[in-house]
Order: sequence, then C-alpha cells, then structure tokens
Amino acid sequence: MTALTLPPALQDVEPVRSIVVPAGLRYRFTAGQATSRFLRGIATKRILGERCPACGKVYVPPRGSCPADGIPTTDQVELPHQGTVTTFCVVNLQFYGQAMEVPYVCATVLIDGADIGLFGLVQEIPFDQVRMGLRVEAVWVEDDQLAPTFESVRWWRPTGEPDAPYDSYREHV
Amino acid sequence: MTSSQGQSGQEVLSAPLVVEYPFRRTLGPAQSAFFTGLREGVVLGMRGSDGRVHCPPPEYDPVTSEDLTELVELGTAGMVTTWTWEPSPRPSQPLDRPFGWALVRLDGADTGMLHAVDAGSRDRMATGMRVRVRWAGERSGTMADIACFEPEPPGSPGSPGSPQSSQEPA
Repeated sequence: MTALTLPPALQDVEPVRSIVVPAGLRYRFTAGQATSRFLRGIATKRILGERCPACGKVYVPPRGSCPADGIPTTDQVELPHQGTVTTFCVVNLQFYGQAMEVPYVCATVLIDGADIGLFGLVQEIPFDQVRMGLRVEAVWVEDDQLAPTFESVRWWRPTGEPDAPYDSYREHV
Repeated sequence: MTSSQGQSGQEVLSAPLVVEYPFRRTLGPAQSAFFTGLREGVVLGMRGSDGRVHCPPPEYDPVTSEDLTELVELGTAGMVTTWTWEPSPRPSQPLDRPFGWALVRLDGADTGMLHAVDAGSRDRMATGMRVRVRWAGERSGTMADIACFEPEPPGSPGSPGSPQSSQEPA
C-alpha cells in the first residue's frame, strides 16, 4: 500500500477502509399455472406434484411440462409428507439476510412417490447426524399461518424410520 | 402474493422477489482517503503525473500507471461539464424527485465526478452551471455523504464573475 499524506484535518480520524455497495434486483415472480396449483395446495397443507403421461415421472413443484419429454404434465398427484434426504449441506457461515442460526443443514428431500428432489431445511436433529438416506417428514407452520409459499413448510425432521437404502434414491443424487 | 386470471381460468400467483448482494468493498489508500474526507466534510482529489487533478482520486496514474500519492483538497463547489435529466428516479437513486445526473468538475480539479444535481426542473440544468455540495445530515464515509449538488446562487464565491472564480486547471 502506498503511503499517502492526508490533509491535517484527516490525520487523526479513523480512516474509512471499506464501503458496502449492495447490488439488488427487484423482480415480480409469476409462478405460472402449474406452480400456482402447487402453491395453492401448500396453502391447504397438501403437496401436489404432476406426472408426465409419457415417462410417468412425478415432478414437484410442477412446472407444467416434462423436461425430458417436452409435453404437458396431465395428472395431478398428491404426495405424502415423508421423504428421504438424498444430499445435504451444513451451512457454517453467517451471511446477510440469514434467518437461521449456524450451523444448520440444507438438504434435498426426495418425497416418496416423486422423481425430483425438493430443497428444504433439516432440523430437530444435531447437524452432524444428518446423512444421506435419512428419512424425514415435513413440519408445517401453524394452520393459521399457512400460505401459498414454500415457507409454509418450516423444515423437515427425522421420522425415526431406518435409513432408506442407497439404491432407493441413487437415481436422484 | 397477488393473482390474475390465467389462460385456463385459474388464477396465476405472482409475488415480489428481491435478489440482493450486499457486497463490502475494500477501498485501497486513495479511495480510503476520499471517503474519509467525505465523512469529515472535505473533498479530496489526486494529482497525476501530468499535473492534472483527478476527482474522485484514482490510486494509479491514468497515463503512466505509477502509484499516485499527492492528495489535493478541493473546493466544495464546481461546474457542470455535462449532464442528463432523470425524470423518474428509482428507489436507490440519490433523490426521490426528478433531478440531473451531471459530471461536476470541482474547483481545483480537472476531471468530473458523477453525481446528482437537485435542480428542480430540467430548465435549470445547463452545461457550465455552477453547483455546490449539499452535505448529508449524517455522514458515514460513503458516496451518499454528498447528498447531491445544488445550483449555486448567483454572486456566490466561486460563481462566474466573482473574484474567487477558479475555472482554470490547477
């Protein structure tokens, strides 16, 4: 760092060494019809996927079409509130806007009967005991707090069942 | 969350979505001095190898790329060298009413600094107009410590025709 000579008035004050320069993008997100159906289900404590008529795969949340076959998903499928952790991440860093205390666990949960994992938090278990294959169930907000948002599922917690065998979710890792 | 009618007659949901990155940027010696100065109510420039004074101050010489070290205290008024009008300000902009974006060449500097001019109307903006700093009420060492520039009243020290006028490069 080059030594600069500051004017006398600035020599005895604490220097400013950094500035915060936020970059923000303000969008309006429009869910589309399929995801709107899903979010309405969430508001009534139901998890609704949609099935591709060609390959039979069930997508949740549904986007209205099958990315493999390129055709509309036609059948709505109500899914259970249990699933399997296929992969996870322990978050150890505090960051701006964070709602959770570190360390906490983000995971991909493969709901029973679905063919794609859903992102969620895993709680009610020590962070260092979360593992692939862990069986979990959705923990919902109070009924009067239910709304058409992912935040209606507070997190996922262990069901206490034995871990799912790797082969049962290996296609989804 | 709001909704509108979709093609099938079902309502499509829609909601605000904000993606925000609160970057913190270290300043280096030249900009550190500049922002410290703003917090203390002083505007600093940097003299380059060719004698020109740049504001805001660069860390390296624009011509030779050598380190620069000669800070220069500038006046807090200057001249608009070019400008454009902002008729509908956005939320994060310096002013919440229509204003001018201008390059302001402060007295004692040879380059222009981009900032807002609270001119009130487009008709009051002109290349060559004299403006002065309006300091923010509370200053913390950011560009917003200069709330904006405002037109300098006629007859002010440093305005055209007054003895203190300093239009020549330092």
